[in-house]
Amino acid sequence: MTRPARSFAIGTPGWVIVPAGIGLAFVVLPLVAMLVRIDWGHFGSLISSSAALDALSLSLRTSAASTLLCLFLGVPMATLLARARFPGQTAFRAVVLLPLVVPPVVSGIALLYTFGRRGLLGGTLDALGIEVAFTTVAVVLAQAFVSLPFLVLALEGSLRTLGGAHEVVAASLGASPTTTFRRITLPLALPGLLSGAVLAFARSLGEFGATITFAGSLQGTTTTMPIQIYLERLSDPDAAVALSLVLVVVAVAVIVVARPGRTVA
Amino acid sequence: MIVRLRVIVLVVLALVLLASCGEPLTVGLHRPAVTLTVFAASSLRNAFTDIGADFERAHPGVSVRFSFAGSADLVEQINAGAPADVFASADEASMNTSRLPTAVDPRPFASNTLEIAVPAGNPAKIRTFADLAKPGLKLVICAVEVPCGAATQAVTKIAGVELRPVSREQAVGDVLGKVASGEADAGVVYVTDVQGSKGIVEGIDFPESKQVVNVYPITRLADSRHPVLADEFITSVRTGVGHEVLADAGFGAP
Repeated sequence: MTRPARSFAIGTPGWVIVPAGIGLAFVVLPLVAMLVRIDWGHFGSLISSSAALDALSLSLRTSAASTLLCLFLGVPMATLLARARFPGQTAFRAVVLLPLVVPPVVSGIALLYTFGRRGLLGGTLDALGIEVAFTTVAVVLAQAFVSLPFLVLALEGSLRTLGGAHEVVAASLGASPTTTFRRITLPLALPGLLSGAVLAFARSLGEFGATITFAGSLQGTTTTMPIQIYLERLSDPDAAVALSLVLVVVAVAVIVVARPGRTVA
Repeated sequence: MIVRLRVIVLVVLALVLLASCGEPLTVGLHRPAVTLTVFAASSLRNAFTDIGADFERAHPGVSVRFSFAGSADLVEQINAGAPADVFASADEASMNTSRLPTAVDPRPFASNTLEIAVPAGNPAKIRTFADLAKPGLKLVICAVEVPCGAATQAVTKIAGVELRPVSREQAVGDVLGKVASGEADAGVVYVTDVQGSKGIVEGIDFPESKQVVNVYPITRLADSRHPVLADEFITSVRTGVGHEVLADAGFGAP
């Protein structure tokens, strides 16, 4: 396959190159600035302290758990939004999007007053012997809360683009709704599902505000990478930059492995 | 439908962007002739806000604007070129000339000691510093990287107690917040934090705290564009009404 020469689709003005280029530099330049600032001589020792390794491992584990939780809750939500019609649907969608718009620290406060010891569900959880605050579960809840809209939005968009023609055929051949959903809808929507999951994972990895407000910070239990970076910045800026790079590399890896829109259905 | 979804996404993204722009826009025609910018440790928020209002009344045409944050954060910002006239820190380490070369003449103006904060009613029945080591107690303290955490560590050594906190927070305000919400049974904060909470948390004094005193220095910065005014502000903090306001907030003499 030969690479096409530089060309513009009809109706695309050439001048977009300039602001687009500035936009690209806006994103890339800070990353370059960080790379320049890194103390490569001590990079290995900076990122392999026990606190750093604990934080990285905790971040990966909690982000994976919150992504699973988002899938478990988000797939049915996106399906309802894309494929059903019911009163209050617009309000439903607006509420789902809310965590995307409110500042994470507000999400943290809201979660605290829901799952906290004196929160709305605090008494019930306490009676069941479940403690949430200051545990890893709190980190996962905070991450899932802020990441859920990303998954629901991506999957809903994908389901809408697909339309329902294949499902109609499946149903006319006698497949039950559940079978149709499992064998037709989900496989077709897989690219959207995947990109939604990647977005949710990435958002979970970067979660800071809600976590610090709701879960606190204790090495190995609640101190995730962003919190560790923020803490290191005060005492050891070199370590903070090194850990930042690790997080960037993880993020890039996640995006490359499951690039959103790699396969367009 | 897809187009609509896209519009929604764009609007949401725009809102996210807007929400993350912290700096309020200056609207209005009457801008004061001179703006004095004061960077101060978070624990000084209440006291300095009052002192600033007094200063503005005594100096017509002058507006004092504050940036309150952790001392280490503020030092970093000043060194990165943030335009500050005056800097008041919560510890002497941040004021060290090796860390802050533009500090002109740091002078102590107040002191602060640690206190145990418990939710109203003291449900865990804390009486002494040693009580903080009780098993099962939900204790929250500052991370050792920030001034209140360093002070907590020093007191812990003096008291000979080993603490097992459920969380090490990055700012004393986060410790206070977790005690105030009842999430934590106890926290170690400054006397002034308890005073400033207006009864939401109860303070428990302990004798070991007297041996670890945080001294607060204040200085004009070399890059100040209003050096005379900056010095006047520092004087107003260190004498008269300023001194009274600080004492009311629970600060000790330097």
